Amino acid sequence: MAVSVDEAVSTGPARDHTPPARRVGGRGRSVLEIALLTVLAVVMLFPVLWMIETSIKENRDVYAIPAEFFGFKVTMDHFKDVFVASGGGRSALSVSFLNSVVVAGASTVLATTLGVPAAWAYSRFAVKAKKDQLFFILSTRFMPPVVVVIPIFLMYRQVGLIDSKLGLILIYAAYNLPFTIWMMKGFVDEVPAEYEDAAMLDGYTRLQAFWRFTLPLLVPGIAATAVFALIFSWNEFVFAIFLTSSDNVRTAPPAIAGLIGGTTVDWGLVAAASVVFALPVLVFAYLVRKHLVAGVTLGAVRR
Amino acid sequence: MSDPVPLRTDAVQVASATPPAPGRSRRLSDRGLAVAFISPALLLLLAMSVFPLLWALYLSFTDYSATRGGPAHFIGFGNYTAILKSAQVHQRALTTLIYVVGAVGLQTVLGFAIAYLISRRTHGRGLLTTLFLVPMMLSPVVVGLFWRFMLDAQFGVINSMLGSLGLGQVEWLTRQRTALISLIVVDTWQWTPFIMLIALAGLTAVPKYLYEAASIDRASEWFRFRTITLPLVWPLLLIAVLFRAIEAFRLFDLVYILTSGGPGVSTETLSFHVYKVAFLGFNTGTASAYGILMVLVVIVLTQLYLRYLNKLKEG
Repeated sequence: MAVSVDEAVSTGPARDHTPPARRVGGRGRSVLEIALLTVLAVVMLFPVLWMIETSIKENRDVYAIPAEFFGFKVTMDHFKDVFVASGGGRSALSVSFLNSVVVAGASTVLATTLGVPAAWAYSRFAVKAKKDQLFFILSTRFMPPVVVVIPIFLMYRQVGLIDSKLGLILIYAAYNLPFTIWMMKGFVDEVPAEYEDAAMLDGYTRLQAFWRFTLPLLVPGIAATAVFALIFSWNEFVFAIFLTSSDNVRTAPPAIAGLIGGTTVDWGLVAAASVVFALPVLVFAYLVRKHLVAGVTLGAVRR
Repeated sequence: MSDPVPLRTDAVQVASATPPAPGRSRRLSDRGLAVAFISPALLLLLAMSVFPLLWALYLSFTDYSATRGGPAHFIGFGNYTAILKSAQVHQRALTTLIYVVGAVGLQTVLGFAIAYLISRRTHGRGLLTTLFLVPMMLSPVVVGLFWRFMLDAQFGVINSMLGSLGLGQVEWLTRQRTALISLIVVDTWQWTPFIMLIALAGLTAVPKYLYEAASIDRASEWFRFRTITLPLVWPLLLIAVLFRAIEAFRLFDLVYILTSGGPGVSTETLSFHVYKVAFLGFNTGTASAYGILMVLVVIVLTQLYLRYLNKLKEG
């Protein structure tokens, strides 16, 4: 079954002539369909727009009844509060953002370094029970995090990895590894094995052939895969909240969730923090839009 | 390598028969390379996924408590029978079932409908798709917090809009019945794009000539949809639905942020209940047995998913 992602998200006008459906359906129906799509798009995007609006409103406008959609005074105070503590200096939130960068970055690097060679080996060599191994690898990703976190918690407590960035990095790397292997195997499969065979005829060893000829061709695929791994670790919440507690280790998701712990909630601040948190994800997701189908199905569905 | 002796005799035999065959030695080093490249990844998975599950399996047969400490006593299947008999657990299972079926069902219908509408457009497809995908890329934390704000009974924007339409206020998250519906709505909002994306990939892959042939035969639109579109998109859609079902079954973060299982226990899914038993009740042994039972359900669902995936790849 051919599933072309490029086509699903291509921006250019469709190459072929008008589909027959339109000719039969007529103009009225087409207008109805466009109207329906517009309504659906507004419903889907409204919460995002509302979040952005809330983040730039003054507090009294945030709680206004009825809600104010237009004509409020714009303020950047909430964004300032995200990064700067009330008494000056760095806020706890900004520290958590930094932690998120470190944890997501390091775990992605680890998952990629382990995953890419494994994917290449699975793609090129006759490994025993290859299909079973690959399916086993993918199924580890489907384990309920709440269940996995119980023994991980005990294990980490034993070896002193509780409330440490290294602990989070390790669990995130393991969490992203199945995805990395599946996604990368797809990319390696697309590079003809003959390139390596030809290089080996020229006297290179298999390893050199991989390193000098295949790997450079894989770079775009590795970049896309790493971006998805980065997004997954960046957004992850369950492990973060159970395995870390102190401010200088905690990543952004539990830190943002912690904002609603008190008796009063500063929703403007929550909105601003959410916008700051979500923006890089949206930018990254846009960069890898061609691989979205493969990415969100953990590399399982491609073509 | 692991077994050098028989290999060397092999090589000698080969050498005696023909000139040194480079293919042979290359295959040997290939095996070593494969092991060297695959085993680090597998080791990490064994340490971080398999070993913890085995540990949980062991704990599930004991009365161990993470806070009380002390040695764990072996109690056989005690935890399992207690869980399977517990009326509380049955109720959580029912809540989870309603939630999974409701949310995944809604997402499938809506997602497929949007994909179908988009696939019929010739212009602006890329832009539309990108816009619709935004919710899916957000963290459940952001989604949960934000809907909690929007659904707030007093100053939430949803009630404010209902008010200006002259409709009554709804206590979305604080009434037993509406809370579960709210949870389903929020999950649907976030994950409809997922089904849409995959359905769209399937829809754009349907060969155009099939439709052209059908329109020459003056087949009705419904007939074309039923006999061409649906059968061709169905295998892919089924995979998306199963994927979502597994994810919905494991869901924890959205419940934690949106309702914390409340009001009462009306939105407590199995995942959330495991968390409460493990981290608030500190019955680690019971929670492990509970978790292992959940893992069994996930394994069944995953097997189903992988089987269909395999079929799709071969077909």
